[in-house]
Amino acid sequence: MRTLAVLKTALTGNYAVAHAVKLAKPHVIAAYPITPQTTIVEKLSEFVAKGELKASFVNVESEFSALAVVYGAAMAGARAFTATSSHGLFYMYEMLWWAAGSRAPIVMAVATRTLGPPWNIHDEHNDILAIRDSGWAVAMASNVQEVLDLTIQAFKLAESAYIPVAVGLDGFVLSHTVETIELPPQEAVDEFLPPRRPDLPLRLRPGEPITMGNIPSDDRLHAEHLKNIYRASQEAKKLVKSIDAEYGKLVGREYGGMVEGFELEGARYAVVCMGAWCGDAKEAVRSLRREGVPVGLMRIRFVRPFPDEEVAELSGIDKVVVFDRDITPAGGILGREVASVLGRDKVVNVLAGLAGVDFKADEFRKAVKHAVEGEYADRVVLL
Amino acid sequence: MTVRIDLLPKTKYVVPGNSACAGCGMMIGLKVLGMALGEEAVLSIPASCASVVQGLGPKSGVALPILNVPFASAASVATGISEAFRQLGVKGQAVVWAGDGGTADIGFAAVSAAAERNSDVLYIMYDNEAYMNTGIQRSSETPKGAWTTTTPTGKREAKKDVALILLAHGVPYVATANIAYPQDFYRKIKRASEIRGFKFIHLLSPCPPGWLFDPSLTVEVARKAVETGVFILWEYDNGELKLNPPSSALVDKSKRKPLVEYLKLQGRYAHLSEDQIKQMEEEIDRKWRFLLRFAQAARPGA
Repeated sequence: MRTLAVLKTALTGNYAVAHAVKLAKPHVIAAYPITPQTTIVEKLSEFVAKGELKASFVNVESEFSALAVVYGAAMAGARAFTATSSHGLFYMYEMLWWAAGSRAPIVMAVATRTLGPPWNIHDEHNDILAIRDSGWAVAMASNVQEVLDLTIQAFKLAESAYIPVAVGLDGFVLSHTVETIELPPQEAVDEFLPPRRPDLPLRLRPGEPITMGNIPSDDRLHAEHLKNIYRASQEAKKLVKSIDAEYGKLVGREYGGMVEGFELEGARYAVVCMGAWCGDAKEAVRSLRREGVPVGLMRIRFVRPFPDEEVAELSGIDKVVVFDRDITPAGGILGREVASVLGRDKVVNVLAGLAGVDFKADEFRKAVKHAVEGEYADRVVLL
Repeated sequence: MTVRIDLLPKTKYVVPGNSACAGCGMMIGLKVLGMALGEEAVLSIPASCASVVQGLGPKSGVALPILNVPFASAASVATGISEAFRQLGVKGQAVVWAGDGGTADIGFAAVSAAAERNSDVLYIMYDNEAYMNTGIQRSSETPKGAWTTTTPTGKREAKKDVALILLAHGVPYVATANIAYPQDFYRKIKRASEIRGFKFIHLLSPCPPGWLFDPSLTVEVARKAVETGVFILWEYDNGELKLNPPSSALVDKSKRKPLVEYLKLQGRYAHLSEDQIKQMEEEIDRKWRFLLRFAQAARPGA
């Protein structure tokens, strides 16, 4: 590995996104304010206004239009970025599917936030998880450094797989929390992320007739297109790993690709979780290990495409405790997805941290202990 | 600038294989757009008749670069294309080709925002005065009194004047046009494309199955809309609002053809009573008075 002139600096998660985007040199940024996403685009508009970033910053009247603007830009060959949260993400819903169906290589940051009613700006994962079947790749960072690294990696993934990528960071827990991080030098990012090809997924230029999205002459053409997107998503799993490894070589940090494993060697029990609170969960795992409980942890980095193969590696584990910071009428989303790989008998699904309620390392420790000792009567546990 | 019809460009951009209804007014408009901007335009087309008439993919009967986009998104998508071109150094004009529903109703917030930002977009609303693609449901552009499938006894509310609303946004160029006057429309597209910023053209485009008239009469119906004073051709350019011919010669009401000549061609007005027609006439007079006062007020130095 080369020695790089890295810059150590203290940033919030949102500013880390902004710096990552600036390093990625996008052409077009559009956004609409919503807490806790807002400071990302405030910072970016400042970069543009000061001339530190040569890009168009488009102020729009809604999140739907924010995504529509970056969609148009991406289809015309630009590198494009937007960011949102919660209700804003839901207001984008139709465009999310259209962008994925068009294979538009967009990157979007999602500072996760619960959904009303009541109005509440605090953290939860229901918002970003609700787009999991739209065709976007969906990832969650666990700390501010990863927010920066993952955002840069997301551009490469979007422009390699031709799948739009959503980068999640927990609202306030990461978005507004300052950590000391390392900023990679511009030349390392330039080498990692060359200018994007303007001719894929199509070349949209005056004088060159092409039609994207008119009615198909045969529904089987449309069906094939949908299957191709599925295939591209499966293929993207390999890209996630190779991109993470390449970034690791250039910048010196790599995260394990689709998932991050922690203390899994010799484990009889495993915790599965996603996002910032995995830091607390790791602390609980360390503490349980000290108590002699053979437990490890698997942190989901990409929930779409889903890391089936990595989760399947937990099949030798006796009990898997899946923590969901989301709730649906069918239980936790990660809990059900993990159970679809490992079988429901192995999985205890703990739903906690909802609506921004704090869930600390010691609460993780107690919950894991209860779960592995079989003290919970239900498969879905509401804490 | 006058445009001779025999001197219009001959290259065809609406080609065989399109799937428009017989007598489609909008396709006449699209032909003119091709003549005027065929080598410069990149189109965003929201859900509308215009998304259907392109013909069946993977082929197309419209030889222009076209991005089909969600119903409410076209003004914003075109903004993105325009900003991308600016950043990438591509010369071209982002054009929206949208119906009245996609413009005046579901897409209106995005249209208003693009106008307020003065995004470099040429927005053309082809107005067939209802949701024709879904089978003739009323829109905010359906005229008062007109039958549609969701106004079976005639619409009770007035038509929204989108062009004047856009003018109030302070954009550099707004015009009305009509498919019966292709030279006027051609000239307006050309003029609009010379201007950087948001340009809006309201194009009246009769629809035979929706307005209930014979497909051979499309141009005649469109022309009658102007000659009877129902639809006024005007142009707001450089801070000045002017009427265009032949509307400019119809300020004196006695020069206009009787309203009934327009109405009687269309089944959608067949149920109207004499009283209702009289009321419609009064509303048209009011519209003329308002526009003329507006033009006077907008005159430089006024």
